[in-house]
Amino acid sequence: MTPMKHAVRVSSFRKSYGGVAAVDGISFDVQMGEIFGLLGPNGAGKTTTLECLEGIRRPDAGSLQVLGVDPARDPRALRHVLGIQLQASGLPADMLVAEAMRFFCAYRGVEPRDDLLERFGLGEKRQSPYRQLSTGQQRRLALALAVAPGPKVIILDEPTAGLDVATRAELHTMMAELKQAGTTILLATHDMAEAEKLADRVAILLKGKIVAIGSPQQLTATGSGLTKISVRTEMGVGDLTEAGLPSAFRLMFKDEYAVIYSEDPGATIVALIKHIEAKKDKLVDLRVERPSLEERFLEITNLGGQA
Amino acid sequence: MRAFATHFAFEFKTGLRNSNQLMINYLFPAGFYAIMGLVMTKINPLFADTMVPSMAVFAIVASTIVGMPGPLVEAREAGIYRSYKINGVPAISILVIPALTTIFHALIAATLIALSAPLLFGGRAPVDWAALALVIVAAAMSCGGIGALISVIAKDTRATVLWSQLIFLPSMLIGGMMIPVDLLPPSIAPLSLLLPTTHAMQAAIGLAFHEETILPAALSLAVLIASSLVSFALATYLFNWDTRNATRRGHPLMALLAWVPFALTILAA
Repeated sequence: MTPMKHAVRVSSFRKSYGGVAAVDGISFDVQMGEIFGLLGPNGAGKTTTLECLEGIRRPDAGSLQVLGVDPARDPRALRHVLGIQLQASGLPADMLVAEAMRFFCAYRGVEPRDDLLERFGLGEKRQSPYRQLSTGQQRRLALALAVAPGPKVIILDEPTAGLDVATRAELHTMMAELKQAGTTILLATHDMAEAEKLADRVAILLKGKIVAIGSPQQLTATGSGLTKISVRTEMGVGDLTEAGLPSAFRLMFKDEYAVIYSEDPGATIVALIKHIEAKKDKLVDLRVERPSLEERFLEITNLGGQA
Repeated sequence: MRAFATHFAFEFKTGLRNSNQLMINYLFPAGFYAIMGLVMTKINPLFADTMVPSMAVFAIVASTIVGMPGPLVEAREAGIYRSYKINGVPAISILVIPALTTIFHALIAATLIALSAPLLFGGRAPVDWAALALVIVAAAMSCGGIGALISVIAKDTRATVLWSQLIFLPSMLIGGMMIPVDLLPPSIAPLSLLLPTTHAMQAAIGLAFHEETILPAALSLAVLIASSLVSFALATYLFNWDTRNATRRGHPLMALLAWVPFALTILAA
């Protein structure tokens, strides 16, 4: 038997609410062991897609499979292969952390994984009721519960929304560890930096359709192609229009920096340094940045998916 | 089985841990029982004759019809059922286990009342304690089924209060707990037969106290059992996982079918 290549397969999937298409015939695959990011503005269809994969809703058309299991037809089999952290969910306010682990593991038919509570920083909260946990602790508990049965695929819907920087970084580490352990992660997020940092591939959803798909590097490379060059000098950069910078497009000033967008960063930088030397000025800082996924995302969404 | 035991243990503990549930399961019935024992037996000495079943039935109605639906609806609104669904908790467990634990709490409260009323307030003790226990269990199952049904059809917590009070208030006024059914005006007496408390009181008076009743006591007992089966079946059928994802299998008005066993007794009366 050949090992399964695709952890998740979505094909020509459609879902409407009251005649309005929330998802309009999308197709994508998530490969085994990868982190796949599902990006898009509010109402793009991310949560609908995830909820159909989770078996919470039924698709109107198309096919969805998680490790060969159709979520709508075989929800029981789905529970054995899929772990889920929902965007909007909760636990009973009076349920203790350790009790939650026992409760859900009992229904999943596995032994409670108290070690995960320690691993996810909830060891000291074992006897605390759910209502006393911070948002970050609630998210970590949800992740621990999703991971406890040892699923091969995990769906995380906005796992770091509303968390502070430190807690977000902790969760990123945990996700990276899960990936290292061979778990496939389907991650829906608004956080472009998170997707860029963690995801092997991303799909950008807009108005129920996939408008871009690929690795973050591929997506950023297929944008306008402009590289951002920021420069600061001792005397102040001043007016650069006379510098005749080749391939430079936009020029603006921000916090003592001149910011230039260039199609050919090499040529622009060489010309820029020559201009600074000619003015007997001295370079203090020079930064060259490729467009971020966030910039590319905004570019795509602002153009209605035509970029 | 392990899942059932874990879920049951959690729900039972919640009935004690949660201050609102502790209040409605124990403190409210106990307070009302104390007031009725101290005041009502002085105003109306005949009340002592039916005090044991009426206060036990009151504890059951308070827990199951007033207390139980609210937390179930709140859980649905808070997305807790979604967490349950994705973790493989079946719908029937979500309804039946809280109902069973509420019934368990109600039975504890009812037992304490039934045992203490003759000692504390001179309440008349039943002739047949086993029959009283059977009636109390049947009443708890019937009211538990109706509580489960309310939790399923109520759109939100505000509607839950309305539906619960729609059963609770008539039960208090014409359900045989405060005023014996045979003293009700003829125009109202048939309506009282639509209430589970009326049948619980009739069954208790006939089977446990060996007194005359307006209906055969065994019929009232059978109606309580039948209504509990119909209510739980309907509640499971009409169950909705999610307020946002309103795909219900049947119309909420189907819940009225739970009153068919009660309605049939109007014809028999």
